[in-house]
Amino acid sequence: MGRTLLDKIWDAHTVRTEEGGRCVLYIDRQYIHEVTSPVAFAGLERRGLPVARPARITATVDHNIPTVDQHLPIAEPESRRQVETLAANCARYGVEYFGMGDPNQGIVHIIGPEQGFTQPGMTIVCGDSHTSTHGALGAVAFGVGTSEVEMVLASQCILQTKPRTMRITVDGTLRQGVEAKDLILYIISRIGASGGTGHFIEFAGEAIRSLSMEGRMTVCNMSIECGARGGMVAPDETTFAYLRGRARVPQGAAFDAAVARWRELYSDADAVFDREYRFDAADIAPMITYGTNPGAGMAVDAAIPEDADRKALDYMGFSAGERLLGKPVDYVFVGSCTNGRIEDLRRFVHLVEGRHRAEGVTAWIVPGSKAVEAAARAEGLDRILAAAGFELRQPGCSACLAMNADKIPAGKYCLSTSNRNFEGRQGPGARTMLCGAAVAAAAAVCGHVADPREVFGM
Amino acid sequence: MAIPKFETFTSGAVPLEVENIDTDQIIPARFLKATERKGFGDNLFRDWRYDASGARVAAFPLNDPRYEGRILVAGRNFGCGSSREHAAWALADYGFRVVVSSFFADIFRNNALNNGLLPVCVSDAFLSEIFDELRRDPAARFTVDLEEQRFTIVSGGRSAEFEIDAYKKRCLLNGYDDVDYLVSIGDRIAAFEAARG
Repeated sequence: MGRTLLDKIWDAHTVRTEEGGRCVLYIDRQYIHEVTSPVAFAGLERRGLPVARPARITATVDHNIPTVDQHLPIAEPESRRQVETLAANCARYGVEYFGMGDPNQGIVHIIGPEQGFTQPGMTIVCGDSHTSTHGALGAVAFGVGTSEVEMVLASQCILQTKPRTMRITVDGTLRQGVEAKDLILYIISRIGASGGTGHFIEFAGEAIRSLSMEGRMTVCNMSIECGARGGMVAPDETTFAYLRGRARVPQGAAFDAAVARWRELYSDADAVFDREYRFDAADIAPMITYGTNPGAGMAVDAAIPEDADRKALDYMGFSAGERLLGKPVDYVFVGSCTNGRIEDLRRFVHLVEGRHRAEGVTAWIVPGSKAVEAAARAEGLDRILAAAGFELRQPGCSACLAMNADKIPAGKYCLSTSNRNFEGRQGPGARTMLCGAAVAAAAAVCGHVADPREVFGM
Repeated sequence: MAIPKFETFTSGAVPLEVENIDTDQIIPARFLKATERKGFGDNLFRDWRYDASGARVAAFPLNDPRYEGRILVAGRNFGCGSSREHAAWALADYGFRVVVSSFFADIFRNNALNNGLLPVCVSDAFLSEIFDELRRDPAARFTVDLEEQRFTIVSGGRSAEFEIDAYKKRCLLNGYDDVDYLVSIGDRIAAFEAARG
């Protein structure tokens, strides 16, 4: 019987299998950040252990840092202490560290692919559930807890049960005005917030293949929002073209040799998946969420389902059966590991160009990395934004999880290109509606929920 | 470094009959700024336990004096969302040793097991029975037997078997720790690396 892409990569990294099926899985790269690593390093210290393979670890700061005035010390003492602790741990254990202000700093899931650390066929972990992002390049990448961060620091391996396999095929072509974010919100709305639990998803089909690398990252990023351990896309010419010339990939002939190996990374035609779903891209419209988990999504012009969760609607201040079009919006957040890449910024900027931010709307446009910020400035996106009444901030996780000062006040509505609409996720009492860059742009210029296809004539 | 050994115990339980409880509810992100693993229990379910003024929400089960014990019983898909192990730390620090649900998110399940907090997965029907029992008698008691992999409603004796990975079961019963184990097979890991070239 044929093997899936997950089988091929997983098996090639299995050092041994324990009684009961847990695998000792070798990890090619671990990313670490300031929030989920300090206790892991403290564990190493207590045990008197070194970091086993420091060259396989990459560290940056993202969750906690401000997105303005990054040249100044962090004002909030606890956040500053976490960042300083990471810097000290990296210096002590010989781990490469991209601190605030470093041209390589950024959200951990943005900088990994951007610099070419993430490559096809790798196993990758990070103490962050959105590690699934890296699967877009054909890697097995998944989020882990801090005890597991410590395992990998101490041994470069992790104990893990092999997930079941799921394939989600999206046939056809996305309609005008529909982006990768809409595609994944649609999938989650169809299979539910726990529909992928226990599984590793391979995304396939024409609509997936047609996505740019950045779009694929948006899709894989949100695999965890249906409960999946990770998501992946088999590498292809789009992947190889994206990686060629990046700082941390092999260069010249060595790159071509790597591509030859990467071409072997696909699911065999006769591979059997534990679960399969098939969707048609033509059924997907620009999406928005109305509830408090990412599965509560619908087309932006649809009505809230009659059977929607009552507790969630109470929290959001919505009623079953009503439409969101025309609902006032207080905040717009563009950024995060889901939609903080240069393509996302370009999309938003080109839509709002020549228009103006609606009165009463506070908009935070946050690049995912220093490199994204630099590219945006080089392309003049910052000037277009300024002319339209918006400001480009500095890179970090920002209002996606509101660990820094970027918090949505209680009761306020935020249209957010991030990945979670949980109660209080963007600040205590904040009300989040998830969407893609175009729906965010429409709300930013209209001041209420609007259909980007109408607003922008898409 | 050992984790506490898991021994059979009988206790009351706290019901939290909500589905899809995500880790942002278990411990909101603003409480993740510590660099040490302690004190997270104070902020467990912070925004459900306390209102905006800091007053306790009387109706929330953790604030209800009728319920007490080392077992939390929650609706399906418990622990979804963020990978933050702080969620498991907060539950353990608060005093829970077991979480019962009919479905657990994957990362949470691993994090719990790595901290001596046992996730007990039962059927939707049995979960309803537990909630019913706690409605009937808030002081109802339950026995958790890891060796036998059995969860029992003491009154009436109805019980359900639960699954656990054999390796993790051994770890919990003996207080073993994964890091010690992985470091102990370091030679084997080095040989694996060498063979890959």
